Amino acid sequence: MVGPVSLRVVIAEDLYLLRDGLVHLLQAHDFEVVAAVESGPELLGALTGLRPDVAVVDVRLPPTFTDEGLQAALAARRAVPGLPVLVLSQHVEQLYARELLADGSGAIGYLLKDRVFNAEQFVDAVRRVAAGGTAMDPEVIAKLLASTARHQPLGALTPREREVLELMAEGRSNAAISQRLFLSESAVGKHTASIFAKLDLAPSDDDNRRVLAVLTYLNAARG
Amino acid sequence: MKTYAVTVGRALALGAMALLDTVLVVVTLAAFVLAFGLGMVFMFPPAAQLIRHRTALARRLNGTWLGTAVPVPYLPPPLPTRPQPDGWYRHERQLYKTPRWPDWNNRWKWIVGDPATWRDGLWLYLNPVVVCALPLLPLTLAGCAVLAAWSAAPAALPLVLGCASAVALAATPLLLRGYAWWNQQLLSPTDRSVLAARIQRLDQARLATVDSQASELRRIERDLHDGAQARLVAMGMTLGAVEELMDKDPAAAKALLAKVREASSTALVELRDLVKGIHPPVLAERGLGDAVRALALDSPLKVTVTVDLDIRPDSPVESAAYFSISELLTNAARHGGAERVWIDISSNDHALRVVVTDDGSGGADPSLGSGLRGIERRLAAFDGVLAVSSPRGGPTTATFDLPYALLSEKGPDCKPSLPRGKAAIVGVCWGIGWLPLFPQGLVTMIMKLIDTDNRSWFLALYLPEALQWPLIVFNILLGLSMYAAGMLIPVMHARQQRLAEVLPVRLWLGR
Repeated sequence: MVGPVSLRVVIAEDLYLLRDGLVHLLQAHDFEVVAAVESGPELLGALTGLRPDVAVVDVRLPPTFTDEGLQAALAARRAVPGLPVLVLSQHVEQLYARELLADGSGAIGYLLKDRVFNAEQFVDAVRRVAAGGTAMDPEVIAKLLASTARHQPLGALTPREREVLELMAEGRSNAAISQRLFLSESAVGKHTASIFAKLDLAPSDDDNRRVLAVLTYLNAARG
Repeated sequence: MKTYAVTVGRALALGAMALLDTVLVVVTLAAFVLAFGLGMVFMFPPAAQLIRHRTALARRLNGTWLGTAVPVPYLPPPLPTRPQPDGWYRHERQLYKTPRWPDWNNRWKWIVGDPATWRDGLWLYLNPVVVCALPLLPLTLAGCAVLAAWSAAPAALPLVLGCASAVALAATPLLLRGYAWWNQQLLSPTDRSVLAARIQRLDQARLATVDSQASELRRIERDLHDGAQARLVAMGMTLGAVEELMDKDPAAAKALLAKVREASSTALVELRDLVKGIHPPVLAERGLGDAVRALALDSPLKVTVTVDLDIRPDSPVESAAYFSISELLTNAARHGGAERVWIDISSNDHALRVVVTDDGSGGADPSLGSGLRGIERRLAAFDGVLAVSSPRGGPTTATFDLPYALLSEKGPDCKPSLPRGKAAIVGVCWGIGWLPLFPQGLVTMIMKLIDTDNRSWFLALYLPEALQWPLIVFNILLGLSMYAAGMLIPVMHARQQRLAEVLPVRLWLGR
């Protein structure tokens, strides 16, 4: 997976230990950390000034210790459309996920901080976001699915299709899903086609567009 | 014209009621004499209760007919006596087998000790007289005229009285207003009893708050002790084992490390849930509106949230409102069998108003559900009131108000500035009070005393001899009372304002 060109990354995290850990982790995986900041205004400056390939941002940052990081990321994405941002948080909220996905341009990630424990998966998520994909925390997806469970078309999915849908919504490619579920890639392709038919969505081969379609669907379904 | 006729009709009806009151006066007086004169104390509570029924009617009519609502002044009734651990009921230093006597004693003390009981009695005994003097004044005057015509009074008297009666009839609305004012004086709670009731409420609210806070802290302590703390201990021990195994058996050490990682994520999940129960992060980050939206998104029900707030309330208020809404939402899903819920958060003057409506089966009762009780306790700390309307078959609507939650600055918002009418009166009093007091009062008095011929502009001296002194005295008194009014009106107004500041909007709701 290690690409020949190292990706330029900006890190925003107010706790020194965690920031330092993230810097080391990403550097060890061939990222170039161009800035590691600790407050909202600094982050906005770094994002619009340095134009990194990807940013890893904590939701809660000084000076207000509210959702400063999220707001800075959203503001930066308004200034630089499609700027890849991976948001980390101690807790995940559907509300924030919706706001991040609202512009529909992808290149967005939203993960629990715990996911950093698993370095490989975390780095994979960062790369996916940098490449314009999405990385949604399984917990967000679980909440989305739980609150849409009573919605008709979703009830029509088989358990296997649901599993595939969950992984797809997290932002994984067919290849990754097949690895995860010990299925052949063509079987996964069949499942996705069936899911799209049942949910009445236009089929698409492009991974990112597909994920966004699914997330938009889930968001809209619970209105 | 029609409204005038209605007014006269009401005055007559009030008069008829006063006529019946005389019966009540006789009956209750007899009961009181028996109770306090002959020691038949059991006669007293029913008599007092009878009077309370009558005054309750008077209060209601004062609101609907006379346009001046009168709040209910009574102290809250005593709670039923609870048995001691040994099954006996205690009242002061005596033990009883049944709660009958302790209850009776408490009730007795409640009725006798409430000043409102005695004020009610006073009102009842004076009411027939006052009704004759105010709403029925035209009739009274007419009656006097007839009497005067019959007796040997001068011929002019019946004529004067008849004219006065006609004037009074025309002024009936004014007379009724006077009557309403009189009722208010005796039937509404005194400042003292209002404050006493307020203190009692605050006392209860404080007790409940302290209590729930303590139990909340205990719960947090327990959760930390059994959860995250225990897991950290286990992680430390496992790490110690890893340290030992590192060189001997790297593979086993690696497996143990994976376990530690797992334990740490479980600990994090537990801490996250705990934090959510103490103060949800969204609430801290985004405020009430978005926190409730997040709550709605996580709910299995279809929830529609509308928020119309200009200012963010203080964080304790926000937290109380959030958890109350959360509890109501849970209730709707668990007991009400609802599918759709509408949450409306808005401002009502300085109060934060939340309305939660669901399409469930209804039948929620605050006196049964401990959930609703909990919400009431939570809101009571902020003078909040919860009102639930939940007919069988639904829909259920729960509304709560948190007064003063949206007061932008905590300073003296309502400065004791006088309303225009009162300010005008004060101005007139101060402006021309000197006129009757000095030139027409005191100076005229001196002139009269030194018996001068110079009458100049001293009005009293132009009158016949017999009326001179009365007018001088009247002028002096008028001047003095004008100054007194000029001084007292602002003072009284400031006092009322201060009282209004410490008192909640509605006092005895739900009684």
